This record gives sequence, C-alpha cells and structure tokens, in this order.
Amino acid sequence: MAEFIAEYGSLLLQGTIDSIVMTALATLFAYVFGLPLGILVTITQEHSILPCKPVNVVLGWIVNIGRSIPFIILLVFLMPFTRALVGTATGVRGAIVPLVIAATPFVARIVETSLLEVEAGLIEVAHAVGATVKQIVFKVMLPEAKPSILVGVPLTFITLLGYSAMAGAVGAGGLGDIAIRYGYYRYQDIVMFATIVLIVIIVQIIQSGGMWFAKKNDKRIRK
Amino acid sequence: MIEIKNLSKIYNTNYGEFKALEDINITINDGDIFGIIGMSGAGKSTLLRCINLLEKPSSGHVVIDGQDITGFAGSQLLQLRRNIGMVFQRFNLLMQRTVKDNVAFPLEICGVPKADRDKRVAELLELVGLADKANNYPVQLSGGQQQRVAIARALANNPGIILCDEPTSALDSLTTSSLLQLLKEINEKLGVTIVIITHEMSVVNKICNRVAVINDARIIEQGVTKEVFSNPQHEMTKLLLSDLIVVKGGEN
Ligand SMILES: Nc1ncnc2c1ncn2[C@@H]1O[C@H](COP(=O)(O)OP(=O)(O)OP(=O)(O)O)[C@@H](O)[C@H]1O
Ligand SMILES: [Mg+2]
Repeated sequence: MAEFIAEYGSLLLQGTIDSIVMTALATLFAYVFGLPLGILVTITQEHSILPCKPVNVVLGWIVNIGRSIPFIILLVFLMPFTRALVGTATGVRGAIVPLVIAATPFVARIVETSLLEVEAGLIEVAHAVGATVKQIVFKVMLPEAKPSILVGVPLTFITLLGYSAMAGAVGAGGLGDIAIRYGYYRYQDIVMFATIVLIVIIVQIIQSGGMWFAKKNDKRIRK
Repeated sequence: MIEIKNLSKIYNTNYGEFKALEDINITINDGDIFGIIGMSGAGKSTLLRCINLLEKPSSGHVVIDGQDITGFAGSQLLQLRRNIGMVFQRFNLLMQRTVKDNVAFPLEICGVPKADRDKRVAELLELVGLADKANNYPVQLSGGQQQRVAIARALANNPGIILCDEPTSALDSLTTSSLLQLLKEINEKLGVTIVIITHEMSVVNKICNRVAVINDARIIEQGVTKEVFSNPQHEMTKLLLSDLIVVKGGEN
C-alpha cells in the first residue's frame, strides 16, 4: 500500500485535482449560459409570463439538438472550434469548451423543470401586485425555485464528471485520462481501480453535500 | 366606486366558445363589503379577476372611480393593479420569504425604499396581529395566520379596493369568524372597499352590506344583503340560502 502510494500517489492526486477543477469550472460556465437559457425557454412558453412562440421554438430546438449529440462525438466535432477559442483542444483547458457546450442545454432543461414547479398561484400574486416580467423572474420564480435549482447543481457536476472522464480519452487530463493511460494501455488494473474509487468518492461527497445545501436553503421545510 | 357595465367574458376552448360571464351589471360603492355568491363554476372568480384585469373582458366595461380601465395596458395596467389588493383561497404566500418579506413584496414591486418598507410592514403586521411572527416562514404558520399575512400583503400599498376570492374556504369556522372580523375592521377603520367571493352564506350574512348572486354566467339577483336574504326572488338564491337557514336552525 505504502509502495503504491509512493509510486502513484502524486499522479492520482494531480488527476483528482484536475478532474475536480475541470468539472467545477465547466459546471460554473454551464450555469452562466444555461441559467438564462432555461429562464428564456420557460417564460416564452405559451401560458407563461412572456409568451413568444418563435423564440421558444428556436431555443427549444437548440436545447434539444445540444442534448441529443453524444458527448464523445461532440468532443471530436468541436475540436477545431475549441482550438480556435482557447488555443488547444487537449488538456484541462481544451476539455472545458466541449464540456460547457454539452452541459449548457442540460442545465437549461433542469432549470426549466425547476421553474415550472413554481405554483401558478404565486405568479398570479405577482401579476396582481403589478409586477413586471423582470420582477416576476427575479423576485418570484427564481427565489421560489431556488431549492430545486440547487438540486440540479450536483446533478450537473456528476454528469460532467462522467463526461470529463471521456474527455480523458483525448488527453484532457484528470482521472479518466489516468484510467485510460495506465489501466487500458498498460494493464495496470490497480491504478484503474484507484481512479474508480476516487470518482465514486467525489460523486458521493458532491451528491450528499449538494443535497444538504439545497435542503438547508429550502424554507418550506419546517425546522 | 366600481361599475361593471354589460360585461361579458368568452373563453375560447378546445370545444369551442364558452361563455363564462354574460351581460354583467354591478355597481359597488366606496366602503361597501360586497359579496358575490353562486354555485361552483358560475363565474365568480372570473368576474372578480375582471376587476383588476387579470382576466380581460370580452366586451363591456369596468369603470373605477369614473375612469374606464377596460383598455388599460402596459405601465398603466401595472399601476392600476398596484392600487388593488387581492386575497386568495389558498393564501399564495411566497414560501421562501419570511412573513415580513411577504408583506413587503408589493412595496418592493413599487420601488418603496427599504426604511419605509420596514416601517409599513411593522404597522401592517401589528394590524393583523402577527407582529411576533415577522421573521417566521409561511410553513411555520397555521392557515388562518397565513391568510392574515396575505391580508396584510394586500393592504401594503394602501389600496382603495381589496378583492377576496373565497378567503375563508380553506379555514375552519372559528378561524373564519376571526378573519371576517379582521376584514370588517379594515373596512371600517381604513375605509377600504372589499369585494368578496364566497360560497358560504354565513360569510355574506356576517359582513356584506350588499350582495350579488351569480348563476350560470349571469347576475340573477343583487341588492342590500338583508333584503336579498329575507326575500329571495330567484330559485337559485333560495337554494343557496337553504344552507344558511339550516345552520341558523341549528344555532337556535
Ligand atoms: N381559462 C379558462 N379557460 C376556459 N374556461 C374557463 C377558464 N377559466 C374559467 N373557465 C370556466 O368558466 C366558468 C367559470 O369559472 P370560475 O372560475 O369563474 O367559476 P367560480 O364561480 O369561481 O367557481 P368556483 O366556486 O368553483 O371557484 C367555469 O365553467 C370554468 O370552467
Ligand atoms: Mg372560483
């Protein structure tokens, strides 16, 4: 065991850090783009607060197309674009671009689902007090959907962690990269096993930490 | 004064046109507590919602204090709504906001500065008897308390009119009585005109000085509560009232 740690410890540590940084950054950017997109997709729906069919249909398409392309294909397909944007298509930096593009429509959909859970009665209250569309979004829809939106964050992170491991296949760094290089090409099963254990641990921590945080922020739960 | 003139509302549904309101004429005077009663589906909520244009009338007019508001849109409409309070059957409090922030909500919408908001909210919570619950969340309150918060919220902007859609239907009779008392107090102290929908005749009997009976999209009877109740003209009114008479019989 000590021998194993001496030999692979720093490699696995670096891989873990790379995976987490890559996934966290991708999650952050996915929300930067996905949150507004999700809001727009929701409020432009037929009976919502800013009905606009053309916008809704176009955004719906974008989201659906984005969601239907398998990540591994998107990754390869985007390489020239990635290179043009961040100068490289490999490494942590190169992986973030396809990760963000893959996760943005995913985030938009889960944000939409959360916003649609907000009771119609509350939107009605907002209309009755003369709130503008912007006020309804920022003072009613988002705050009321907040606990549900927060539940989506670990979900996105975990999905992206899986994607980032795939990105490892094209040399994106991180635990997926290590698993493929050592486990697949060099038949060092123990290293591959170690990466699996590490990924499972990360997922557990993010999932339970995320749920705890979302619950803590939900004022509908009696305390 | 609220004048509803020849008002009709037609919904376009998948099954064709549906007349929810037909040729409604009602005058509600300042300071009235005006009851609207009728069977489920008669059109009560639709009528109430036409007053602040949450529902757009298909034809006819709503005139408030001499001004025809039927065509209001944009900022004029928002302004109108800010001066009419509304209370709902299911309270509709913002669950992620504290009691005091719920009451402050309409003030925030109007851009009232924080210091003025706090002062006004404190007054309102005092008025509805919930000063000690200011920092609680709605989930920590009983139904009756939640409705008091909703009433405080409806009063926040000093509206001349409050519209209540079955405000006591989700509450037991004792809580209903105390809420009606509160509405009456508000009406007397602040001179707020209250329009209240209910299916409980006892509610009308207790607080409404005038009442309109709506049946199948039409007003079939209206007038001073005592007169309508002591001498109902229409079969439907008699049917609705039979409920009250039974209750009275039980009390005596
Ligand atoms: N948006 C709508 N589209 C189509 N029909 C509607 C719509 N809103 C209401 N209606 C119909 O109009 C009629 C009157 O509805 P309304 O809600 O005003 O009744 P109500 O008297 O308030 O009944 P309740 O006592 O059950 O609340 C009902 O038949 C209802 O189905
Ligand atoms: Mg109704």
